[in-house]
Amino acid sequence: MRKLIDAPANQQTGDVIGKSQPHESAIRQVTGQARYVDDYVVPMGTYHAAVGLATDTRATLKGLDLEAVRQSPGVIDVITIDDIPGQRDIAPVFDGDPILVDGEIRFHGQPLFAVLADTHRHAQQAATKARVVSEPLPPCLSVSQAHEQQRFVRPLHRMERGDWQAGLESSQHIASAHLSIGGQEHMYLEGQVALAIPDEEDRLLIHTSSQHPSEVQKLVAEVLDVPLNKVVVDMRRMGGGFGGKETQAAQWACLAAVLARRNGRAVKLRLPRAQDMQATGKRHPFENGYTVGFDAQGLIQACHVDISGNCGISADLSDAIVDRAMFHADNGYYLGDCLVEGHRCQTNQVSHTAFRGFGGPQGMIMAEAMMDRIARTVQQDPLSVRKRNLYDADARSETHYGMPVGKPLLADLIEKLEHSSDYWQRREAITAFNQGSPVIKRGLALTPVKFGISFTAKHLNQAGALVHVYTDGSVQVNHGGTEMGQGLHTKIAQIAANELGIGTDGIEVTATRTDKVPNTSPTAASSGTDINGKAVQNACQQIRQRLAEFYAASVNGDADTVVFSQGRVQCNGKSTTFQDLVQQAYIGRVSLSASGFYKTPKIHYDRDTGKGRPFFYFAYGAACSEVQLDVLTGEYKVTRVDILHDVGNSINPAIDRGQIEGGFIQGMGWLTTEELRWNADGKLDSNNPATYKIPAIGDTPAIFNVDLYPRANDEDSIYHSKAVGEPPFMLAISVWCAIKDAIASTADYRHDPDLNTPATPEQVLWALKSLEEPS
Amino acid sequence: MISFLLNQQQIDITQIDPDTTVLNYLREQCHLTGTKEGCASGDCGACTVVVAEPSDNGKEPLAYRAINSCVTSMGALHGKQLLTVEHLADGQTLHPIQQAMVDHHASQCGFCTPGFVMSAFALYHQHSNNTNRDAVIDALSGNLCRCTGYRPIIDATLQACQQRQPDKFTQQAEHTRQALLNMQNQPGNVPGLYRPTTRSELAALKAAFPDATLVAGSTDLALTVTQQLGTLGDVIYLPSVVELQRLQQTEDRLIIGSAVPLSTLHPWLVERIPALAELFQRFASLPIRNQATLGGNIANASPIGDLPPVVLALEGIVVLDDGTEQRRVPASDFFQGYRKTALLPTEWIDSIEIPLPSANTVIGAYKISKRHEDDISAICAVFALTIEDDVIRQISSGFGGVAATPVQAKTLAASLQGKSWTDKQTCEEGMQLLRVAFSPIDDVRGSADYRKESLARVWKRFWLSHTPGNETLPVRVIEHA
Ligand SMILES: Cc1cc2nc3c(=O)[nH]c(=O)nc-3n(C[C@H](O)[C@H](O)[C@H](O)COP(=O)(O)OP(=O)(O)OC[C@H]3O[C@@H](n4cnc5c(N)ncnc54)[C@H](O)[C@@H]3O)c2cc1C
Ligand code: FES
Ligand code: FES
Repeated sequence: MRKLIDAPANQQTGDVIGKSQPHESAIRQVTGQARYVDDYVVPMGTYHAAVGLATDTRATLKGLDLEAVRQSPGVIDVITIDDIPGQRDIAPVFDGDPILVDGEIRFHGQPLFAVLADTHRHAQQAATKARVVSEPLPPCLSVSQAHEQQRFVRPLHRMERGDWQAGLESSQHIASAHLSIGGQEHMYLEGQVALAIPDEEDRLLIHTSSQHPSEVQKLVAEVLDVPLNKVVVDMRRMGGGFGGKETQAAQWACLAAVLARRNGRAVKLRLPRAQDMQATGKRHPFENGYTVGFDAQGLIQACHVDISGNCGISADLSDAIVDRAMFHADNGYYLGDCLVEGHRCQTNQVSHTAFRGFGGPQGMIMAEAMMDRIARTVQQDPLSVRKRNLYDADARSETHYGMPVGKPLLADLIEKLEHSSDYWQRREAITAFNQGSPVIKRGLALTPVKFGISFTAKHLNQAGALVHVYTDGSVQVNHGGTEMGQGLHTKIAQIAANELGIGTDGIEVTATRTDKVPNTSPTAASSGTDINGKAVQNACQQIRQRLAEFYAASVNGDADTVVFSQGRVQCNGKSTTFQDLVQQAYIGRVSLSASGFYKTPKIHYDRDTGKGRPFFYFAYGAACSEVQLDVLTGEYKVTRVDILHDVGNSINPAIDRGQIEGGFIQGMGWLTTEELRWNADGKLDSNNPATYKIPAIGDTPAIFNVDLYPRANDEDSIYHSKAVGEPPFMLAISVWCAIKDAIASTADYRHDPDLNTPATPEQVLWALKSLEEPS
Repeated sequence: MISFLLNQQQIDITQIDPDTTVLNYLREQCHLTGTKEGCASGDCGACTVVVAEPSDNGKEPLAYRAINSCVTSMGALHGKQLLTVEHLADGQTLHPIQQAMVDHHASQCGFCTPGFVMSAFALYHQHSNNTNRDAVIDALSGNLCRCTGYRPIIDATLQACQQRQPDKFTQQAEHTRQALLNMQNQPGNVPGLYRPTTRSELAALKAAFPDATLVAGSTDLALTVTQQLGTLGDVIYLPSVVELQRLQQTEDRLIIGSAVPLSTLHPWLVERIPALAELFQRFASLPIRNQATLGGNIANASPIGDLPPVVLALEGIVVLDDGTEQRRVPASDFFQGYRKTALLPTEWIDSIEIPLPSANTVIGAYKISKRHEDDISAICAVFALTIEDDVIRQISSGFGGVAATPVQAKTLAASLQGKSWTDKQTCEEGMQLLRVAFSPIDDVRGSADYRKESLARVWKRFWLSHTPGNETLPVRVIEHA
């Protein structure tokens, strides 16, 4: 096997880094003591809010008769857009998201009004009683209609390299195809919820389930028309976020805040599941196409990838999402001369939003679709074609947006997985099995992931932290990141413990609060640990430096030689406990609190040229999936998955593994059973968990091997670890490719079937039939 | 008065809104917020609690079942112990299930965790000595987790259940059993919510409250309250009626009390008609099956219900009762239109009778859905053929998901009776017939074309599985035990 590419020297880290510490809340979670917003003990006299949703897909609002709502039992107050004291638009980046319907109903399920009542149930019941007078307008319901009508939420963006048209013309082979890629409901188990508690005069405390407390603070202040310093947002934990609570948690907090202010009472607004699914955005559905030219060996010469995101009604985060799809249209492959175009289509659907991978998956799947098509055309195993097209260290080492890929790790990573998963032996066994099995077919695929880490909006790549050491030696850590299950607080506690040389039991990571660390970025883009970890490290190092100087002086030593380890501090042959030193330092009037800051270096991107280095580094991985398919019904099962994934130096292997497995299964759901279905009028039919099926426990493959790729990050990330939240999601593309492999077996692997996603049994059956009866 | 143990504490309820679900009772009235709401429709398992009741198997004092508290009527609690996640630990010592979840890193956001802990706890108390991966998956089939991908949850549950040790509940079991038996001797009525215990009590209540809603497992009815925000009005709770709880085998038939929970019916019926295993395993989830009943499934007459096709294909009889007289209605006459049945307002379903299949009957029962666990059928198909010397003597069938009611395919019988079963032509002809037999609709579970095509293709699967030479062919991606 090839020698491992020289890795950077391991930074000296104590015994807490790299340890599989349980999740900091694990015991509270298994005993039911972990509290979520709906579980809080509420102030006396708390009221409950509900929203009334529009049942038109697009219409002019002519009249809204709320008399029956007001008369409904228990009702206290009802508000519409005209009752918003401050700003009506709560859009995160570009305008276009009125807090309630403002003149025109723009999607089915858009909140029209909010009602306040004595109980949750009364509020819910009242919310169904409005009489709406509306005049329907023609809705735009698909990407193709948006193109026809030229409706876009943001302008087209292009990334281009070389003379791709000439490249295509001179290629030996050309293939082109279209792929419809379904969206995805977040289905965080805890739905959207907020609790607004009025304080003196115009001050307000908000508890919310949000990935972006600072934005909630800003928007609440804006809708109430008060300065930001009057609003405090507190966020202890979410019951899942996945991107669905990045921008779209704010609306509920804002409505609760307006009602709390008007009525002088605490107000809780919790969306019931079906409303949550209708009124909040999803992963963007995409309609993409490619034309690719390649040689007889399957090496790409040139290509054109045309990407259209269905953004729903407004921009929300769609600009960055479609950009990210474009940044990932290459996945790990050198695309040759190419043009990647990204359209941001506007439709009368709820505004689609962030979801783990943030457009990356919908771009990356195009690269894998091309690989399969090329492989069948040149009659080679898809894995051989994939390996041939990987970035290398020479001429094919720069992405289509001009970023050098750096050390080409994928080749090595794939090779290792190829061995550990027995790819070639299984390939042979599967081919033999399929020949003797007319009904059940097996399929196999090994696909890589290369995912860029950083927010592509540069200013978001900053983080703050606040660390307090108390006189008993216990430590409180606060930072801008939010805990949604991903284990961020656990890793942060490990980082703080490591820096201060104490155990994690001495560290309390508290709720994320806008009055402790201001102006924070959302916890998104997999960046939680990267940026907040560095900020916490920075704060801890300041305190450690002060303590070191203080101690060194007391033992006539050199501050640079003071060692903090295992709860003790040593210098000049002397030692004391951390706790004692802290007490002495307090008496000696040393500040035991520090705020930390971090900004990600090196990144830039020029939209005018479509070139730059938008990412600090890439995270890599690969997965090998095997499926069994029933050619009679299109039903299938994933039977074995092997994953090798690159997290750099793992801060917590158990948590990283959890992200990898969870991301993979979520990605598998996106590509298989999770089908969003809007009816012809634009109403979402799959609006509850009875009709929208995320993977259940039986879908977890019986053989599920996950290994971490043992190599430190080349870049100076926190302890040379790598971000892990999003990248593993796209490992699931291997499942889609394995299903196609099994389908292809029915026609002797001569054709690569068209298979839109989600590849439900129905879609699979049609793909099978298309090979049964070649047209 | 409804009496039950909430964890260790006896609760006596004399007044409660009959629409109150156990979940809302726990969260809003008891402030026990460990039990979560993820959907309020029985689909996610975040609200899972465990109910213990005196067991009649003569072995263990108590039987433990996981249920979805969001679709459970308070009437279901009388004489039972309701166990919630807050109560499992023994002081500072976690329950073995909880400890295993921590050790295996089985919680991330933790919102699903209490539900998983409770489902796993019920499995822990099944006293089986071979808890394997399949048993774990069956036990946790009603719990969704969006974070972990389930692998650590499976591992944790397996490990804890393979190393079972008596826990604090085992030690208190006899005592708890006695307390529960004492409560069960008391009537469990509150105003508006009535729990008859006999046929005659039921008849009297039905006469006194003619508009009352009959509630069995409430897995359908609860949605009226939690999703449509409606009310059930007065409620008569059926599972407390002894006559409706019988499972009986006579010389020629099986008699299934209408209010027997499906999880009790499942092993009993599948032992007698093994071909039904798939439908029972894939019917909702275990916690739903712990409450849902055959009577409820039949009375509901949903076109996508999984058991009406069984009762149709096996030529079952629905026994209707008004307290004085019983009517025996063949299943084929019972389903009369979209959610319309032969049941009169004065009647209830007493039982369902299923004639025992003869030795030369072959049965196939199949469900096609997007997801294997806990999904509603795109189509459901049940075939029962009597074959003598390769000649098809009789065909009956039942289908779900293809029409406004559960239906039979009469053309199948008319065309294929008398033909050779093993003739390939029979397979082909059956497929052709089924492709055109119905005019299903497009909906969220599948297109009309898919329904027609997959109906034809499950017939082929049925044919392949029951013709000589083909039996050893692999035809399933999942084997249903
Ligand atoms: C998450 C979930 C998954 C589900 N999955 C499936 C599935 O896979 N397959 C499927 O077929 N169904 C499924 N269902 C639907 C439901 O569980 C079944 O229809 C169940 O059998 C209903 O029984 P029940 O006892 O709960 O009925 P209830 O809700 O108590 O009652 C349903 C109706 O039947 C009437 N009724 C009940 N018993 C009698 C009686 N003895 N006499 C007269 N009327 C009576 C009631 O008045 C009511 O109108 C699912 C439901 C949920 C919530
Ligand atoms: S809350 Fe989802 S099953 Fe009860
Ligand atoms: S841990 Fe988040 S849903 Fe299971």
